[in-house]
Parts: sequence; C-alpha cells; structure tokens
Amino acid sequence: MIGASKIKQYSNVLEKPLSKGKQEVSLSAFAFLFSELVQYNQTQVDNIAELERRLEDAGYAVGARCLELLCHREKVYHIIVKLCVMFMPFWLSQGNRRETRLLGILSFVHSTVWKVLFGKVADSLEKGTEHEDEYMISEKELLVNRFISIPKDMGTFNCGAFVAGIVRGVLDSAGFPAVVTAHFVPMEGQQRPRTTILIKFAEEVLRREARLG
Amino acid sequence: MAPAGPRSGDAIFASVERVNAELFTLTYGAIVRQLLTDLEEVDEVNKQLDQMGYNIGIRLVDEFLAKSNVSRCVDFKETAEVSAKVGFKMFLGVGASVTNWDAEGTCCSIVLEDNPLVDFVELPDTCQGLYYCNVLSGVIRGALEMVSMKTEVTWLRDVLRGDDVFELQVKLIKQVPEEYPYKDDE
Repeated sequence: MIGASKIKQYSNVLEKPLSKGKQEVSLSAFAFLFSELVQYNQTQVDNIAELERRLEDAGYAVGARCLELLCHREKVYHIIVKLCVMFMPFWLSQGNRRETRLLGILSFVHSTVWKVLFGKVADSLEKGTEHEDEYMISEKELLVNRFISIPKDMGTFNCGAFVAGIVRGVLDSAGFPAVVTAHFVPMEGQQRPRTTILIKFAEEVLRREARLG
Repeated sequence: MAPAGPRSGDAIFASVERVNAELFTLTYGAIVRQLLTDLEEVDEVNKQLDQMGYNIGIRLVDEFLAKSNVSRCVDFKETAEVSAKVGFKMFLGVGASVTNWDAEGTCCSIVLEDNPLVDFVELPDTCQGLYYCNVLSGVIRGALEMVSMKTEVTWLRDVLRGDDVFELQVKLIKQVPEEYPYKDDE
C-alpha cells in the first residue's frame, strides 16, 4: 500500500542535507515543462497581460526560493573552505554577505543567480539613462525562449516574463522591491531580437540608497 | 555503412545540453502550486498533472527515438527496460530500474531512487492525496501510446508519502496496431 513503509523518512524536509546543486537535467526536459506551463496558463486567461502576470507570478516563487537556496549554500561552502585551508575553526561564515547596496544585489542577480540558473552570467547589466531608478539586464537569447516563437497576433508578449518574475522574486526577498518586466529589443544583423529585463526600483530603495551614501 | 547501435543513457545525457536541475525543480514546484491555487481539488490537480505529462510524453518520444537510436523493441519487457535505462537517464539524468514482472510480462514496476522533481518538497497535511510527480506517469503513458501501446500507469510507492523510493506500475493494456490515415483502395 502506498505510504505504508516509513523506513527512510526525514521528519522535516529542512533536516535533509542540502545538495551541492550540481545535478542537471536535460534542456529538453525543462523546455517541455516550461511549454506546458505556458500552455496551461493560456487556457486560464483571456488576454496577454494576464498571461504575462501569471508567468511572472510563477517566476516570483522560483526567485524567492532561489535566493534562499543560494544564500544557504554559500554559507556551507565557506565554512568548509575555511576549515580545510586554514586549519582554524571559523565557526562564523565570512563569505555569506547579505547584499544591502543596489549595485551589490544587481551584480548578484546578474552573475550568481544567472550562473546558477542558466549556466552563464547575463550578457550585460546597464543603468537606464532616462530614469534614475531603472536598470537593465540583457540577454541575447533567454534560455526559456529558446524553443518558443511568438505568433504575430500576440504582439509584444514575451515568455521572458517568467525570468522577470524570477528577478523580482530575488530582489523582493532581498529587500529591494521593484517592478520587473521583460522586453524584446530588435537588433540589426540578428534574426531574433535581444531580450531585456527592465528593473524599476521602488522609491524607498532609492531613498535608502541615497541615505547610505 | 552499418547504422550506429543504440546509445547508452549516460552517453546521450552527456551529449545533450543540460540545465541546472534546481531550475527544473523550482519551475515544477511553481506549476504544481499554480494548479493547486486554481483547481483546489487534489484529484483535479492529479488529473491535470497527468494530462500535462501526457502532452509532454507524446512529443518527448520523438526526441527520445531520434537521439537514442534504439531499434524496434521486440516485446513489452524490452520497451520497459529501454524506457527506464535510457529514457529516464537522458531526460532527467537519473537511472531507473525495472522490477516485479508479472507472469505474462505485461505489467512491471519502474523504480526511481532519485527524482529531481521532488528536491526540497514536503507535502502539507491539506494535500495528502496529491501525487506530486504525476506528470511522470502522464509522460510514460503518452510516450508509449505514440508507439502503439496503450498502458495504465499508477503509483505504488511515493517518497513524499513516506516510502523510500518512487515506484510506478506500468501495465500494458493492449497493443494498438498502426493505422494508416488513408485507405489504400480509394
């Protein structure tokens, strides 16, 4: 009968040892799963804005958990490294910094988060020229968009809304509330447009940043 | 030139592009959570996950056949072995084993020790009837249906419910002969 044997049951999922994060699945498995996510959401909405919002919400959940996972994992590694290299018990982890500055969290998203989730750092990180509170992370071809083509009647819809949600989840959980959206930017000489994740920070973040100097 | 023989699951997994399993795990978690919010009934969610898996399976089998180069399987036994050893390995990166064959050779169990879908997952008390990995049963059912085998896939053991491994029972209902979409004499 299902659930009858209780041999190797951790009483709490939090007590299970944390994996190193090196396990991989095939890209096609992820692509199939993501396509089902999009297709399911298409049946639940009437318009494109709603679809983008739902994908973003799904991504938000991923982002929030990703931040926690990365912070916990970094801490474990640093204790081990310190013990081995210096033969002195460093019980405090010195590597696990909580990012409190804007540029710090942006570079965390652009490098660490992107590297863990997509296997490479993002192509570029830029500051918006028109507004003080806007930053852009650009990617030539988002992993989630690789096998997706948008029909003409869907206009500017971008499945990168999922990735925008991930970024929003990470930023929000780290204490930097922002509005994050994904846009296609056509590039000359390239058939597929570049994707830009536009991050617009909330007022309070900029005020805090100014106060910190 | 003789055609290349069937490739092992490990070899194919090493040659395809891969992504971090955690992105996969967290995306699947987001899907299940969305379904639970929308549908609320655990049985509905199970059905929807199975349907999603079926949609994936009918397309996945094409990629599986293209990349793995397996020849036509002689019987259901071989089909099950190939799907467990090569199929699971090449997509999920985990090996599965086939056990518990019945006397006629139409019913077996596929056992998964490791499952990237359930990392960090714990079922709350409100969702005790949920088959969290039901998408896998849909995938197997869909894939086998595209190669003319109607099957029924059920969960025997589930780690999230307290067992030690994941066990899926795959039962062959019937072999559906391939039908041509046109008539010869018309």
